[in-house]
Amino acid sequence: MALLQISEPGESPAPHQRRRAIGIDLGTTNSLVATVRHGLAVVLPDEEGRPLVPSIVRYAEDAVEAGYTAMEHQARDPQNTIVSVKRLMGRGLADLADARRFPYRFVDAPGMVRIATRAGVKSPVEISADLLRALRARAEASLGGPVDGAVVTVPAYFDDGQRQATKDAAQLAGLPVLRLLNEPTAAAIAYGLDNASEGVYAVYDLGGGTFDISILRLSKGVFEVLATNGDSALGGDDFDHRVFCWVIEAAKLPPLSPADARQLLVKAREAKENLSEHDEATIAATLAGGAVINLTLTKAIFTEITANLVAKTLQPVKRALRDAQLAPGDVKGVVLVGGATRMPQIRRAVAEYFGQPPLTNLNPDEVVALGAAVQANKLVGNRERNDDWLLLDVIPLSLGLETMGGLTEKIIPRNSTIPVARAQEFTTYKDGQTAMAIHVVQGERERVADCRSLGRFELRGIPPMVAGAARIRVTFEVDADGLLEVAAREQTTGIAATIAVKPSYGLSDDEVARMLQDSFAHAADDMQARALAEAQVEADQLAEATRSALAADGDLLDAEERAEVDVALARLATARAGHDHAALRAEVAALSRATDEFAARRMNRSVARALTGKRVDALSD
Amino acid sequence: MAVTLTPTAAKHVAAHLVKRGKGVGLRLGVRTTGCSGLAYKLEYADEARPEDVTFVSHGVTVVVDPKSLPYIDGTELDFAREGLNEGFRFRNPNVKDECGCGESFNI
Repeated sequence: MALLQISEPGESPAPHQRRRAIGIDLGTTNSLVATVRHGLAVVLPDEEGRPLVPSIVRYAEDAVEAGYTAMEHQARDPQNTIVSVKRLMGRGLADLADARRFPYRFVDAPGMVRIATRAGVKSPVEISADLLRALRARAEASLGGPVDGAVVTVPAYFDDGQRQATKDAAQLAGLPVLRLLNEPTAAAIAYGLDNASEGVYAVYDLGGGTFDISILRLSKGVFEVLATNGDSALGGDDFDHRVFCWVIEAAKLPPLSPADARQLLVKAREAKENLSEHDEATIAATLAGGAVINLTLTKAIFTEITANLVAKTLQPVKRALRDAQLAPGDVKGVVLVGGATRMPQIRRAVAEYFGQPPLTNLNPDEVVALGAAVQANKLVGNRERNDDWLLLDVIPLSLGLETMGGLTEKIIPRNSTIPVARAQEFTTYKDGQTAMAIHVVQGERERVADCRSLGRFELRGIPPMVAGAARIRVTFEVDADGLLEVAAREQTTGIAATIAVKPSYGLSDDEVARMLQDSFAHAADDMQARALAEAQVEADQLAEATRSALAADGDLLDAEERAEVDVALARLATARAGHDHAALRAEVAALSRATDEFAARRMNRSVARALTGKRVDALSD
Repeated sequence: MAVTLTPTAAKHVAAHLVKRGKGVGLRLGVRTTGCSGLAYKLEYADEARPEDVTFVSHGVTVVVDPKSLPYIDGTELDFAREGLNEGFRFRNPNVKDECGCGESFNI
């Protein structure tokens, strides 16, 4: 049984119509997958509640591992454990100035470098695809079904080759890519800046190992990247390192073993993170040689020892603004991305430089994925609210048409803003039906008899088909003046018919109010009436189908079987004359059961007829 | 009779309303979509309309339009987790049969 989500007012999807859309932040160090749930963008965590997926893929003996599982083996199996594959996307060996920094067995190949692993030679696209598969699996487990559309983010500076490689990886992972989205744009969307006033926005992204600044211009709801700049060797890790050096100096430590150095770096990082919340942090550790460290790092010292790192980020910011030919004062808003932007000294420096506090209320690690999810949700067709639309005028009473059983099918619900257009497909009720009467009605009641009739017209010339095969699209369109035009069009032949009416004509406000009141007062009766009418339609349809089947293939039944069907038909007719919808449904079910075997025999006969006299080899096409 | 929330559902709805930053409560309803049966509506409510029937369950306001009420009277809305998936579920005593997934139903 499906689990339902809360929608925005007026936007509950039709059953089975909610489409699963995800946003993926495919990062150098970590990746995330997010979706819009209950109207809000959220990151999807794993079973242990961890939001991140380390961007690490390991080719193990008999399996492909991704994320934390792969990370555990990174030190032990470096040649088959690929980290930071994003740096290799769309790159040839010649492009990689720092190829020797990677522990991999590179294989040069035309177009893009490849890596020899125990699972064979892998391209960065294939490795990324293995990571994306893990994200896709998490999304499908969290959303309860296959993904209908994904938006994947890429750095604003990615060239066409790198973008194409990212897209190929997503497709290889079986993800329907709606589009790629620039990371800074995604962050701006997460903050809803696409609905904000037009102007220039800056996105300051300080990750673990890289720094990016993007200057965006929003115009008519679309972001354009004016300039990007950054430093591919500057990030939160450098702040950890400064704290690490301070500890060595303050504790007057001799050169450390690799294990001690690793331990101290972890402590340094913890201290850094603590200082975002507290004024001081304790660094306590016992080294392999027995030396005990117990130091207190204050916010003031931390700010002082990292001041030149903070200043270093402002250089690319200045260059980006210069490239865009703008001054800091031209920027209307600043978005912070990346965990390192939690540090108060960063926030202060950014606020000072731009002369305004940056946007910080979303999690800076998640903001790119959240924005991608919002975009995916919109692109996949789950409607979004349009708060900014002016409520010009609304339709006071629902507009619809009559369906079988004298029921109304509402096409445009009341309170819809005009202009509005809605379409729905209908089909024929009887075999060989060549015309369809369209009865346009207005009101909230379930039975046509209780609603107001606006007009009727007929669609003629439907080609004879079996019941249910014709596709007739009926469009209701109300223009800005409140004029309703209803059109019906048979989809295969294109034959069409229309009618135009003014629904408000001759209808006073009092009458509208009365019609609404009636519908509330009769809600319970209407519910019964609808249930009965629906059961009646179903009963008539089944009785009709059974009779025509008996006429055509009655010889397939022996006398006893025939009698059984006849009894069920008679009982159905009796229930049809009454007013008990539950009893009528029970008889429909009984007749359906009584004719199951008959239907199967008819199917066999028609298959046999279709095959008689045909050569086996003629059937293959 | 009334429409209620389980304590878990109420907790989640309240949290979502806070995160959303606006809305007076939750709107439950049904849509009659012709011969394919009925479908649930589960939406944030930005306002209660004059005709709405209002319930309060575990501190959460639930509004139901009078036309929907007969279809869902007595319903308890529950919140459930299935593995990584999560969401709401209508426990509706009026339901006679429903499609396998519970998104549409008959009475």
